[in-house]
Amino acid sequence: MARSTSKDAQDLFRALWSAYSATPTNLKIIDLYVMYAVFTALIQVVYMAMVGSFPFNSFLSGVLSCVGTAVLAVCLRIQVNKENKEFKDLAPERAFADFVLCNLVLHLVIMNFLG
Amino acid sequence: MAAVRAPPPFPLFLVLALSISAAIAAAATTVLQPISDHHRSAALNLLVPSHGSFHSLQDAYEAHRVFEILGIEEKQRVSTDTCKEVLENLRSSSSSLKDLFYALKVNGILKCKVNGEVFKGIASRLKASISDPSPLPDLYYSIGSLVLIKGQDSNVDVLLADATGTFQSIKALSQSDGKWRYSSNKTESSAYATGLALEALAGVISLASSEIDQSKVNTVKSDILKLFDSIEKNDDGNFYFHEESVGGHEHQDSLSTTSSVVRGVTAFAAEVSGEINLPGDKTLGLANFLLGTGIPGNAKDFFNQVESLAFLESKRVTIPLILSLPETVYSLTKKGQLKVRVSTALGSAAPPLIVKLVRAFSSGAKDSTIIESKELQYDKRSGLHVLDAFTNNVDVGSYVFVFEIVLHDSRSEQVYATGGQIHVPIYVTGNIEVSNAEIGVLGDLGSAETKKTLDLAGNGIVSLSANHLQKLRLSFQLTTPHGHVFKPHQAIFKLRHETKVEHMFVIGNVGKKFEITLDFLGLVEKLFYLSGKYDIELTVGDAAMENSFIRLLGHVKLDLPEAPEKAAQPPPPPVDPYSRYGPKAEITHLFRAPEKRPPQNLSITFLALILLPFLGFLIGLLRLGVNLKNFPSSTVPATFAMLFQLSIGAVLLLYVLFWLKLDLFTTLKTVGFLGALLMFSGHRILSYLASTSTKLKSA
Repeated sequence: MARSTSKDAQDLFRALWSAYSATPTNLKIIDLYVMYAVFTALIQVVYMAMVGSFPFNSFLSGVLSCVGTAVLAVCLRIQVNKENKEFKDLAPERAFADFVLCNLVLHLVIMNFLG
Repeated sequence: MAAVRAPPPFPLFLVLALSISAAIAAAATTVLQPISDHHRSAALNLLVPSHGSFHSLQDAYEAHRVFEILGIEEKQRVSTDTCKEVLENLRSSSSSLKDLFYALKVNGILKCKVNGEVFKGIASRLKASISDPSPLPDLYYSIGSLVLIKGQDSNVDVLLADATGTFQSIKALSQSDGKWRYSSNKTESSAYATGLALEALAGVISLASSEIDQSKVNTVKSDILKLFDSIEKNDDGNFYFHEESVGGHEHQDSLSTTSSVVRGVTAFAAEVSGEINLPGDKTLGLANFLLGTGIPGNAKDFFNQVESLAFLESKRVTIPLILSLPETVYSLTKKGQLKVRVSTALGSAAPPLIVKLVRAFSSGAKDSTIIESKELQYDKRSGLHVLDAFTNNVDVGSYVFVFEIVLHDSRSEQVYATGGQIHVPIYVTGNIEVSNAEIGVLGDLGSAETKKTLDLAGNGIVSLSANHLQKLRLSFQLTTPHGHVFKPHQAIFKLRHETKVEHMFVIGNVGKKFEITLDFLGLVEKLFYLSGKYDIELTVGDAAMENSFIRLLGHVKLDLPEAPEKAAQPPPPPVDPYSRYGPKAEITHLFRAPEKRPPQNLSITFLALILLPFLGFLIGLLRLGVNLKNFPSSTVPATFAMLFQLSIGAVLLLYVLFWLKLDLFTTLKTVGFLGALLMFSGHRILSYLASTSTKLKSA
């Protein structure tokens, strides 16, 4: 029973992976970028758990920088995805320009808060 | 009765020294000393210029005049320089009237060699200036200078042709109260100006070619008498002239005003025939006022004081005689003599006279006359009048002696002013006998439990012990050499606990017996319930008591009940008053302790860990086969693409700089500039990319 469960799981993951492989490359790049940001945030959280939250503002700005970037990247992915009919009329270049602008504003605030 | 924590034991001798000096200071206001060698040495210190020459001719004159009056031979040292200055001033036709006046005055003392022609030139210049209407000081200097020339060179014609007119023009400045104005357009009269005017009038009389009408002189005489009616009297009963502030002229203090009036009046009195009947008490009051300033601290006051005293002695007015005492403290133990000196204000000998002690009374009780009409013996050798032995009823204490000067020759009464009865405070001191001193602890029923005899003159100390139900009693007797009761200023009993808490009690007396009984039952609260060893200290002191003492009598061990909860706490120890001027305690600032930082290795490890996801990101990109094929190949879009990337990089770099050192304003300004660049280039490249992709789609 257990063996069959693990096999099922393997099958499930394989199916998922093959389905994901069909995703366009530019979306994969964004996914990779989001993963990168999330892992960086996780490492900072682990560090904070080990040594304590002082200085708290630095910790916050570090983590929020990563999370904010990830969120913005997700937004970019939504807008760039051709499957999303909602953003059909929006050129991907326009979405990228928004992404750049939001990132710059976000990081201005982050840098101010970094201390 | 005060409770204090041990102030540093205040030395009794200091208390006594203070009280005696206070007493002497009080006495000095009534007992004046004539000019003496103290004045001479002060004059040398004050008036000899430290760097060889005087500040001005006026200073030079004042110094030389003081030396002349006091008989100090100080001319040689500074006279050559001064003479040079005098000659320069006299020869110059542009020197002011005031400078001329003082140059001539200095010349009068130093006798510099001045050519007769020079005097003639000055005299004609001065005469011309007198005939012009001019303010009082100018007239004063001109006439004064002419008088001086008359005295220094008899060949020069200095006589005034229109002396009466000049006299009139000066007299016209006088006012109804006997005072003069500075000039005809002034309304305020001034005592200082009066002095100048009188001296000028005296000069006019001496320079007159024909005699001035006697009636005019008499009006001035009556003016002088009026002036003396307005004389001021100070708290010591001395007379002086006072100057209200007069607009436009330098304000003169009382000393220079008085001095000016004295100079003017004596100069006038010297020139006119007949007496000016100035009351003797006024001249004596003036002399007392001048002497009352002591030894002045500046050259100007010194000159005013000494010169005025010299004028008062110049036989033109009644000469004040000053009664002074070398000592106003008489010691019964030393059996000294009470000495009185009578001299003129400048210290020269008085005419033959007798000093009478009219009466003497205790300063506390005016009616209790202890000595009545006694003549003092004149001691020819010392020139002092001596009161030999005091009668037996003169005991320790402070007294007022009333003296009177009686001149031998009745004619000299016209010449000298003796001032009637002179009150002088005298302190009689002596050894006070302390006897029958006893200290003891009494039981609650008053029965003597312990009683010890004390020898207060010796050093023996006693040890006692008592509880709160008992009493401590100290008694002693104070008697004067004549066996009277003596009540000292200070008779203080002091208890000092080991913890330096002090309690003072004033000892009262019944008749001869001084006694204090401390009932500890009533005092426990005042003693703050502090049991333990107390030092007993007794202070008996008085300005007239030669054997004042402060001594430790012994100790008493007190056994007091426990303090109830609400009892007052002993006062905090007094702060040493001198510590106020010492360095303050160093201020230590409290800072928040810095947070504990993690070990550096851990942080560096995590820095490396942070790089791992980035590495993963790069590997992932490679795996996906990312390329830059979409990068525009033609020049213009490629440039814009590069520009776009560069400006994003620049903004990020700016953010790093903002983090490291820039402030928000600089950052925002630069961001504004870079943002414009970024927008432009971004817009160009992105719209290019969009157009190519739509072309691809449509194709």
